[in-house]
Amino acid sequence: MAEITRDKFKVVGKNIQSMESISRPNIGYWQDAWRRIRKNKVAFFSLCLIGFYVLMAIFAPMLSRYDFSTQSVAEMNQSFSANHWFGTDSLGRDLWVRAWKGARVSLTIGFAASIINACTGSLLGGISGFYGGKVDMIIQRIVDVLYGIPSMIVTILLMVVIGNGVHCLILAMCCVGWIGSCRFVRGEVLKLRESDFVAAARILGVPDIVIIVKHILPNIMGLIITNLTMAIPGAIFQEAFLSYIGLGIKPPNCSWGVLAKDGIAQLRIHPYQVVVPAFLICTTMLALNLLGDGLRDAFDPKLRGTE
Amino acid sequence: MENLLEVKNLTFSFRTYGGVVKAVRDVSFEVRPGEILGIVGESGCGKSVTSSCIMRLNPEPPGFFEGGEILYKGKDILKMNKKELRQIRGTEIGFIFQDPMTSLNPTMRIGKQIEEVFVNKKGMSAAEKKQKALEILKLVGISDGEKRYRQYPHELSGGMKQRVMIAIALVGSPSIVIADEPTTSLDVTIEAQILELLKNLQKTLGTSIILITHDLGVIAKLCDRVLVMYGGKIVERGTAEEIFYDTAHPYTKGLMQSIARLDTAKGEKLKPIEGTPPDLFSPPVGCPFAARCEYCMDICNEMPPETYDLSGEHETCCWLQHEFAPDSDLRKVPAEKGEVE
Amino acid sequence: MAKYIAKRVLLAIVTLFVLTSVVFVLVRLMPGDPFSSDKMTPEIRANLEAYYGMDKPLPVQYITYMKNVLHGDLGYSMKYEGRTVNQIIAESFPYSADLGIRSLCFALFFGLILGIIAALNRGKKLDFFCILIAIIGTSMPDFIMGSVLQYFFGIKWKILPVAQYTSFKHTILPSIAVGFYTLASVSRLMRSSMLEVVTSDYTKTAKAKGLSDLRITIKHQIRNAITPIITIMGPTVASVLTGTFVIEALFAIPGMGKHYVDSINMNDYTLVLGMTIFYGAFLIIAILVVDILYGIVDPRIRLSGKKR
Repeated sequence: MAEITRDKFKVVGKNIQSMESISRPNIGYWQDAWRRIRKNKVAFFSLCLIGFYVLMAIFAPMLSRYDFSTQSVAEMNQSFSANHWFGTDSLGRDLWVRAWKGARVSLTIGFAASIINACTGSLLGGISGFYGGKVDMIIQRIVDVLYGIPSMIVTILLMVVIGNGVHCLILAMCCVGWIGSCRFVRGEVLKLRESDFVAAARILGVPDIVIIVKHILPNIMGLIITNLTMAIPGAIFQEAFLSYIGLGIKPPNCSWGVLAKDGIAQLRIHPYQVVVPAFLICTTMLALNLLGDGLRDAFDPKLRGTE
Repeated sequence: MENLLEVKNLTFSFRTYGGVVKAVRDVSFEVRPGEILGIVGESGCGKSVTSSCIMRLNPEPPGFFEGGEILYKGKDILKMNKKELRQIRGTEIGFIFQDPMTSLNPTMRIGKQIEEVFVNKKGMSAAEKKQKALEILKLVGISDGEKRYRQYPHELSGGMKQRVMIAIALVGSPSIVIADEPTTSLDVTIEAQILELLKNLQKTLGTSIILITHDLGVIAKLCDRVLVMYGGKIVERGTAEEIFYDTAHPYTKGLMQSIARLDTAKGEKLKPIEGTPPDLFSPPVGCPFAARCEYCMDICNEMPPETYDLSGEHETCCWLQHEFAPDSDLRKVPAEKGEVE
Repeated sequence: MAKYIAKRVLLAIVTLFVLTSVVFVLVRLMPGDPFSSDKMTPEIRANLEAYYGMDKPLPVQYITYMKNVLHGDLGYSMKYEGRTVNQIIAESFPYSADLGIRSLCFALFFGLILGIIAALNRGKKLDFFCILIAIIGTSMPDFIMGSVLQYFFGIKWKILPVAQYTSFKHTILPSIAVGFYTLASVSRLMRSSMLEVVTSDYTKTAKAKGLSDLRITIKHQIRNAITPIITIMGPTVASVLTGTFVIEALFAIPGMGKHYVDSINMNDYTLVLGMTIFYGAFLIIAILVVDILYGIVDPRIRLSGKKR
């Protein structure tokens, strides 16, 4: 400890700068979110896994020497081997190719349906919340009624009417799927519309479109993305469900749902056939759920700047 | 006079992801029977944590005691087990929280919430409990108690809720009531009523009150003795009069200058204390207030100041009182005889 | 409160009406028809169509149908000869209801407990374990869960039966399979809701009153934490219902879900229509009840008549 000497008792006055200098460096909202996602090992790993699945879905069927629909009586129900990495099914089709072919279909449907739903829902919810009045009234009454109708039943009926196939599936899922994000975005926009910074922008004479783009959108974008991520597993599950009860993808085309259905039919004799699609469906949904959790934390302004 | 409560060298910290935050550092004080003790300081100075420590209400973990003892009627609260603690809480020491809006359980009737204090008391009939609850409701100035008894918190106004909080704190007839900024979230008019109520209750019931506030006006109205806290430490203590008319610490002086008073001349500017409190992740080596202090000296940045006794009650923790320090308006101890300055 | 209920009931009626109409139109738009069979001669076909009222113009069919629905008459099945839709529903509904209630109870009971345990042990191993179960549950489609259970408990270890629905033992696996997803989501929601309550000011107040941890949890925390759970009960009932579709097929349970899927594949218009309306009405009423229940549990809504 320093010695107490007379010369140290000289008034030097305030030193506010020394305090302010401790403050943390500035960092943008998206930068901060990205930094936190990368720091969150689970979420980052999930992101990588999904990326890996997407790449495999694109390239694996191209690079394999088997075709996803070619049947072979000689190679029925073979287990995992060097020739057939994931084995073959009851019609002798190579499951490796079918798994990734199925990934293409399942992931396409999952992503496309969720993104379309998020866009439609956000747009309608945004309009409804921002403009209010009659538009809001009409949209909300429609939403209220549609919300009461079990979506799965509507989707099933639509599938029956418009037929099978990837496009039909996406279409059917989009007819009612937007309601969730519509309700959610409306609520958020309503909250923001009443907020002081929007009021301040209004008073300054900022046009609506600029308020939406500059003030409202950046504030709900994170939430929309999080919700979107959480919606994808739901869509993948819906596809699998519909395919499972025989309404989704029709053979020879396949999806994870179809593979699971075929696999479960062989459960007693060849349980390995259900393992691969089950594993892929579960890990994808798991990864997306975990990524969603991570995103929610990353975008949460309350947690900003924390480790 | 026997002290009801003695806090000795209390140090309480929180473990966080960023490291250990030393929220309360080496704090000692005592509470005497029938007095109102004020603890004043700005946000984040450790006053709320100190008061919560007395009832062990801080979450542990992440919080933990690094040292010290809290003696209530001679028994150390820090060494008590859960059961002993429960007997202290509510019936020996009552607590009034800052925000009455969120401090009452929204799904429980008012009467039930008051009666709950007696849950540990065996042999008390439901009628007796209700009787007590109605009595205390009347005492805190709630008319038509029977009706309020059956209502839910959301049916009451903010001031009403705070009265209910006070009722909860007092119904077990504790010997100490800790009021943690009881009026911060209320309107000014309601604030006056609540303070008046506290003062009257203190007189009639003879309860000691620890009043935590950042408002010197509240202190002036109510308190017998005052502790001024800054950066997790007590920087000055004394009777209310000494603190107001015989200020010895630059921080206390800053606090006084930053409040608006009736005699503040029109056009005269208030003097805020510039800057922010120190980061308690790594508290400064010297005096915590040094960076914001207009009297700051070199020594202040190097060594923590010693405590100086100014009179019986009055103490301050500031280098300005040191024999070597230059003369200033805060200087209370005359420089040593024969000094050549 | 009365106003709130009236509003909700009105909305439910409108929803039901819209649902019935939409379903009617959709079902008539279905490709294929129920009478396409090789032996069918034009006369028989015409007779059948006349019998089912399909020779009249659509608006007339619609009005007739709506009238009948109002009387609770859902018509005759087109494939199961001589049987009314009401009969088929009456026969199969008890199975589905039984399965649904069992899985719901299973899910709620264990979901809540898991959520509470996780929240009270935040950051400890027990919490991690509960989160793990929850995350697995939300990531596993029920038919995969069902087949995994079948494989291990039925085929490999031979502890429990994997088909039929005749005794308590038979109900265990399907109930778990249907309820697991719900269990997971309930426990996740309960955990976060509990965490909020645990750090709330009124928990502190309760602590300051000298109450024991157990009493605080039971009297103060659970009651407040459980309210958000009730809001998801509507969607939960719906998800349990869809769960029964596949699980009934997987476990060969003669419930409504199985009939529903079959009737779609067989183009049995009246049966699809009838069952959809039944499902719809059931769910709408379930959600209505849940909403009203929510009002009762949360005194803030009960008195102001408004939704938060």
